[in-house]
Amino acid sequence: MIKGGESLNTQKEIPANSYMKDVCRRFCAHKPAMISLVVLTLEILAVILLPVLLHLDPYTTDYETMFGSAPSALHILGTDDVGRDIFARFVYGGRVSLSVGILSAVISLAIGVPLGVAAGYYRGICETLIMRCADVFMSFPAMVLILVLVSVLGPSVVTVTIVIGILGWPKFARLIYGNVLSARESDYVESARAVGTKDFGILTRYILPNTFAPVLIAFTFRAAQAIITESSLSFLGMGVQPPQASWGNILYDAQFISILSQRPWLWIPPGVALVVTVLCINFLGDGVRDALDTKMVI
Amino acid sequence: MTDQVPFIEVRHLSKYFFGRKELFRKETRAVKAVDGVEFSIPQCQTLGVVGESGCGKSTLGRAILRLHEPTSGQVFYEGKNLLEYDKEQMRNLRKELQIIFQDPYSSLNPRMTVKELIQSPLDVFSMGTRKERQEKVAELMEKVGLPLEFMNRYPHEFSGGQRQRIVIARALVLNPKFVVCDEPVSALDVSVRAQVLNLMKDLQRELSLTYLFISHDLSVVRYICDRIMVMYLGKVMEIADKKELYENPCHPYTKALMSAIPIPDMDVEYHKIHLEGDVPSPFHPPSGCRFHTRCRYATEKCKACVPELKDVGCGHMVACHLFEEA
Repeated sequence: MIKGGESLNTQKEIPANSYMKDVCRRFCAHKPAMISLVVLTLEILAVILLPVLLHLDPYTTDYETMFGSAPSALHILGTDDVGRDIFARFVYGGRVSLSVGILSAVISLAIGVPLGVAAGYYRGICETLIMRCADVFMSFPAMVLILVLVSVLGPSVVTVTIVIGILGWPKFARLIYGNVLSARESDYVESARAVGTKDFGILTRYILPNTFAPVLIAFTFRAAQAIITESSLSFLGMGVQPPQASWGNILYDAQFISILSQRPWLWIPPGVALVVTVLCINFLGDGVRDALDTKMVI
Repeated sequence: MTDQVPFIEVRHLSKYFFGRKELFRKETRAVKAVDGVEFSIPQCQTLGVVGESGCGKSTLGRAILRLHEPTSGQVFYEGKNLLEYDKEQMRNLRKELQIIFQDPYSSLNPRMTVKELIQSPLDVFSMGTRKERQEKVAELMEKVGLPLEFMNRYPHEFSGGQRQRIVIARALVLNPKFVVCDEPVSALDVSVRAQVLNLMKDLQRELSLTYLFISHDLSVVRYICDRIMVMYLGKVMEIADKKELYENPCHPYTKALMSAIPIPDMDVEYHKIHLEGDVPSPFHPPSGCRFHTRCRYATEKCKACVPELKDVGCGHMVACHLFEEA
């Protein structure tokens, strides 16, 4: 590949290696992240495929079983007070919770990061407009704003996802803005400019790789937070509307001492699933951050 | 030779930094980091720029390459005024004008491998095929003395001297003609310093490079430069050929600097000229000659009017009222 001639070390073939390959290598070596990735993938596959494979029906009442029955062969998690299969509701609830969590965090990221980068890199009027806008957004109490917007737009999974997503952008914008501000003054960016690198190249090859790690962490927190926000909204009657299920509204339905103590199969599965999902997302973020760090030795 | 257009000529270059406008303050204060600097460098020669920290050396280097946009003045590169170039023309010209930064610990992108780092200038101008670029990288690594097996390592795995070699390889990969060296060895320890300096000297001969060598270390400058310029608070105090400057310094500031070079010999008695006080704030530079507050020979005239840079013979230029009559 490389003709080195007389130099001492040219005998060996030098494998073409790049940053992205190294990142993948390091990510694969990060055990908790790999496990989390597997768990999350399984979860996502489960909520997509299980209803189809098992012909689950979360909405119909089963008149043959007693309402509020305990787990049995027919209903592995029993039925609820109106005779619906709890396992089916749990799986369908997972669809809602996971998509709200991940999609709304993606929306926040997609709005916040470009705006933050633009503000930090180009400064000037761009900076003033975007960052003051972010301040305005952040000065509203988020929950109240979400309630108002959801009630105006009508509560549904889609509106809840979009509203939570849009309201989350200032955090991402601020985070990346600060990092871009310090990176753009660094010597390595100046040296990139000195060799004539265009703005786009500077942003994608120099600034973003060096500023993106904290954003990933923020993303995982945001996804976890969004799942919880959706749960709270469902509780307030402004989120996912019954009869549609989400882990949040299943949990809030289970808030009676009799259910908590005597029918744990109602709340343990969604509770555990929520904790496991949030944990996995966090581990995943951790793994990606470490993988992006060249100083990490595996 | 002298009638020809000088390779690099800088005329009355100034760079002022303005403080940010504040809500309740009308005037903005300007720092005159570089103020009316003039010099020229013939091809394949090295001009050293020395001065205390904060005297505008680095700003000068960056202003010449338009990494900081100069406030006024002209920079001629092979007779063409760089400051008239638009952004795209300037970008293309960056192939020929390069800079080596002071701190090899911060001037390399920590997320790129050595190969990516050295190759990135070639990528920017999409020069040659992939294979040619790779060969060029290998060629330069060899030239600066980096084993090829380091190609896939990251900068944090290297020592300061090796990193500076990467920086040099990266600066030279586009075959530049003019390189601004902004204190390239001051972050390195003494044992590595000589190696890197020798490397730079060899490369200069081999690739016919022209250097603007910025440093605060007089012995380094003496080793590598042909001509030396002394700066103080953004102004040129004295320019002369190396030999002339070290043997016959004229400006009181240069004399004080020269007397501060340690002599590694116990028997030699040396008289150090102690400069009193600190460098005045660049926000409020002294009137007249900027050095008068710390000059032993300062007169009323020095406080009132700014001395011009005058030739005192053989291209030795001094900006001091003491030498005006001579």
